[in-house]
Amino acid sequence: MQVVKWLALLPFIGMLGGVFFVNQATPLVLGLPLLLAWIVLWVLLTAAIMAIIYLADPANRGEGRR
Amino acid sequence: MSALIIIFAVMGLALWLGIQARRGRDMTLEQWTVGGRGFGTALVFLLMAGEIYTTFTFLGGSGFAYGQGAPAYYILCYGSLAYIISYWLLPAIWRYAKAHNLISQPDFFVHKYDSPALGVLVALVGIIALVPYLVLQLKGLGIIVETASYGAIGSSVAIWIGVVVVTCYVIVSGVRGSAWTAVIKDTLILIVVVFLGVFMPIHYYGGLGPMFQAIDAAKPGFLALPPQGQSISWFDSTVLLTALGFFAWPHTFASLYTARDERTFRRNAILLPLYQLILLFVFFVGFAAILKVPGLKGPQIDLSLLRLSAATFPAWAVGIIGAAGVLTALVPGSMILITAATLLANNLYRVFRPGTDDATVSLLAKLLVPAVALVGVYFTLRGGETIVALLLMGYSFVTQLFPALVCSLMARNPVTREGAFAGIFAGVATVALISLTHTTLGTLFPALPQWARELNVGIVALVVNIVVLAIVSAATQRAHQARRTLSSSR
Repeated sequence: MQVVKWLALLPFIGMLGGVFFVNQATPLVLGLPLLLAWIVLWVLLTAAIMAIIYLADPANRGEGRR
Repeated sequence: MSALIIIFAVMGLALWLGIQARRGRDMTLEQWTVGGRGFGTALVFLLMAGEIYTTFTFLGGSGFAYGQGAPAYYILCYGSLAYIISYWLLPAIWRYAKAHNLISQPDFFVHKYDSPALGVLVALVGIIALVPYLVLQLKGLGIIVETASYGAIGSSVAIWIGVVVVTCYVIVSGVRGSAWTAVIKDTLILIVVVFLGVFMPIHYYGGLGPMFQAIDAAKPGFLALPPQGQSISWFDSTVLLTALGFFAWPHTFASLYTARDERTFRRNAILLPLYQLILLFVFFVGFAAILKVPGLKGPQIDLSLLRLSAATFPAWAVGIIGAAGVLTALVPGSMILITAATLLANNLYRVFRPGTDDATVSLLAKLLVPAVALVGVYFTLRGGETIVALLLMGYSFVTQLFPALVCSLMARNPVTREGAFAGIFAGVATVALISLTHTTLGTLFPALPQWARELNVGIVALVVNIVVLAIVSAATQRAHQARRTLSSSR
């Protein structure tokens, strides 16, 4: 869990830092402007990363910290 | 006429559901404000997700995409980043609030910093931030009913009707009324937004790709962040400001207090980013309107979704879209009214009349609901800001609570109550000064580099806040330690 929780920083880096490199409309990716497609990718990755963190967190096993 | 019938039928349904929500329950202060802390994952999800589907996203999101283009993408980013923070932040707040039986946001600060004065300041900041948030809901409500009724009912009349409906069920059922109406709101808005977002680009352009190609050809650069103005610097600072402020809203605190257990928040941190993607469909409608209903300027950009719908569909379909829009104003509006009235009764009146019991505070809060609603109506009828501008102003104020909030959750809080008070005060004063004088960093400090001049004013105020908080905390640390020693020796 100690290592896994640092994954949570990736969406911050991807969204806030990534715009410097993909700030353009073309090429379209799946019909979306490049910048918008990049943000959508990171929203999806955010959900995946939070799922990994949730599963690795001992507080969510059994009765946990309820 | 058929559009109006549908809109008022849905308003009537919301009123009936909202009043039904109290059945079998005695509306004590805890029941009215935090639902007796008995809400499961689904209801907490709907109350938390209420932020995503307010008139801000329904009209403001599509309007911002229509009027500004790529800068609207910030709306998609900040929620996702806020949900990451929520995984660790919300369970910690919830545990503390449950252990100390807290019912409002200022209660949290009062307990953590042992300072009633800080509670009063936090309550005032909350009320100041909630007013533009309420105004944008009412403004959206007026736009929706006026457009969907093809002008038969004016914006002002619609606002008054909406306020009466929401005031009635808030007084009767409190947060339970909001939760029950949130169920029909999110169901209806989900169907409407996805349908519009898929249908409009295909109907007018033949698909998403051709739509974006047509926009890029007609308005080169519109689909990327501009080099000046709402540039990358503005984008990143705005995303950061709104992500940090997302859970600093007083009504969001009230929502999280309603949860039955803390695992609810950790589960929602996975689900809510995916729910956020529905915003894409809102953007698609705004983008589709660019070349089909051109010429909307200033605050009128918020009309783009409804203007395009009215130009595309028969009246009954516009009625369904309008009804969904009305609910996006009523449900968040009801949470704002409950929270603002509770802040006034519990965290201002009670501070100056300490002997007041819960029953009196509960009655006073209910009596204050129409008063808060009237303040909202007053500012709505005289304001001319766009919906996004109103929300960003609220965020600039409310995010000033974030540093003191996060530090209070540390095992050894380095911030003293004097530091917390001074930091929040300095941050809010900075926002107020820049907002009221309509200046920007660029006009105040023209020598600054381009990227610094385009930073969101709320982030600049946050930096001022943190610097003041650190200096004052360092200066008052000795007195703080002496107080701590004295209280532990008692």
